[in-house]
Amino acid sequence: MNSGDTAWVLICTALVMLMTPGLAFFYGGMVRRKNVLSVLMQCFFVLCLVSVLWVVYGYSLAFAPGNGFIGGLQWSMLNGVGLEPYADYSATIPHQVFMIFQAMFAVITPALILGAFAERMKFSSFVVFIILWLTLVYAPVCHWVWGMGGFLRNMGALDFAGGTVVHINAGIAALVTALMIGPRKNAEKHIPSPHNLPFVALGTALLWFGWFGFNAGSSLAANGLAANAFVVTNTAAAAAGLSWAAIEWFRNGKPTLFGICSGAVAGLVAITPAAGFVNVSGALIIGLLVSAFCYLAAAVIKPKLGYDDALDAFGVHCIGGIWGALATGLFASKLVNSAGNDGLFYGNPELFIIQAKAVGVTIIYSLVVTAVLFKVIDLLMGMRVTTKEEDIGLDLTQHHERAYTMLE
Amino acid sequence: MKMIVAIIQPSKLDDVRDELYKAEVNLMTVTEVLGHGRQKGVTEIYRGAREMGNLLRKVRLEIAVNDSFVEPTVRAIIKAAKTGETGDGKIFILPLDQTIRIRTEERGSIAIG
Repeated sequence: MNSGDTAWVLICTALVMLMTPGLAFFYGGMVRRKNVLSVLMQCFFVLCLVSVLWVVYGYSLAFAPGNGFIGGLQWSMLNGVGLEPYADYSATIPHQVFMIFQAMFAVITPALILGAFAERMKFSSFVVFIILWLTLVYAPVCHWVWGMGGFLRNMGALDFAGGTVVHINAGIAALVTALMIGPRKNAEKHIPSPHNLPFVALGTALLWFGWFGFNAGSSLAANGLAANAFVVTNTAAAAAGLSWAAIEWFRNGKPTLFGICSGAVAGLVAITPAAGFVNVSGALIIGLLVSAFCYLAAAVIKPKLGYDDALDAFGVHCIGGIWGALATGLFASKLVNSAGNDGLFYGNPELFIIQAKAVGVTIIYSLVVTAVLFKVIDLLMGMRVTTKEEDIGLDLTQHHERAYTMLE
Repeated sequence: MKMIVAIIQPSKLDDVRDELYKAEVNLMTVTEVLGHGRQKGVTEIYRGAREMGNLLRKVRLEIAVNDSFVEPTVRAIIKAAKTGETGDGKIFILPLDQTIRIRTEERGSIAIG
């Protein structure tokens, strides 16, 4: 056991925890003001709900020894998850530290999806959806990639901090739910404007800050690899923010705050799977290019295809995540991480194929299971609020609160 | 000249504007207001304290028009804002003594459009 490593991962856990409220403000600023509390509420509810589910059975399902597909239930209620290290996951920190670090990833992943169906989902159905999605989608995919015996892990797929498990997984679920719940009323005629862009900037700042814990904490030690992850994370976010702004400057004549924030988040998403395997030049390319792909998805393809991914959860997280996972297969180098592998540009095309397979499997699984869950809940209790409730707003109809008063 | 004041549902503003453009009524002032008529307010609860019948958000349009435009304007607003439910809103038509365009100091009907 190493006290430096333990201290670092504990701090990183707190940083990742802050990402979910950060996401709440990032998303909350983008919706209309009649729905801002509903987004904040959904994020905070997920934080509470998943924290509880994780210690009760979630961690066990994802990480306990089981088969290639899913973990066992022997670690339910943290039975056997003690204060000594569990060497298969982390030899130098208490097992419970690893568990709580992973808990924060399990919290933010389902929260990412809500950007797709923002402003129109019934809260009770949302709660059921999150419970089922965490259990039937997140836990298995997490086990495949990170769990002992998980089949993608055994195949040699590299995912340093959760590009496949977190971002592609949530991003695909976002696309499925956006398609199935249907567009917001009048969204095709008048795109609802973000009600508070300073909130979006605040949320971006909190996400960026927390992401140091997400990526640099994923080395599970206070060492050189953590330093590498920290540096490439910052570099990719910055490069992506610049390139999004540049695209807008070139295309629309003016760069926007919303754009640079979206770019920074896209950069953070893309560097996530690669953070422990690429050097700073890889990070620059990953960051500079991710904005082009995400911009294309959010600003060009989405309006053409007409699905209403309200806050671009798919456009940023899935597209950014896929690019990051594939880019790991291009730019990974054993010079950065001897436990990793060499990518295509370092003479090993095989890794790229493995990465592409891992992406493909995750997409198909998340797509199918999310669609089934959605359909079942929709039939049983209805996913969408009534048109009248949508008109009045989710804050008042789902929570009996409003964010802003007009008179004192 | 008349001043048309309409109180409508906020969610109908886009539709009403579309209809008004079709009727060639392009100039309007929009304000956000609170109020309620027969429609009851909404319930709000803060830390267990229940607040009944709070005022609802509405949108108020003010449109100054020449007499020949009064009926088309009213028709356009009704067409877009009417759902048949309580709370659709009201239209008031007021006499308008004078209109002055500040830039040119023109007065009367020519200053309206």
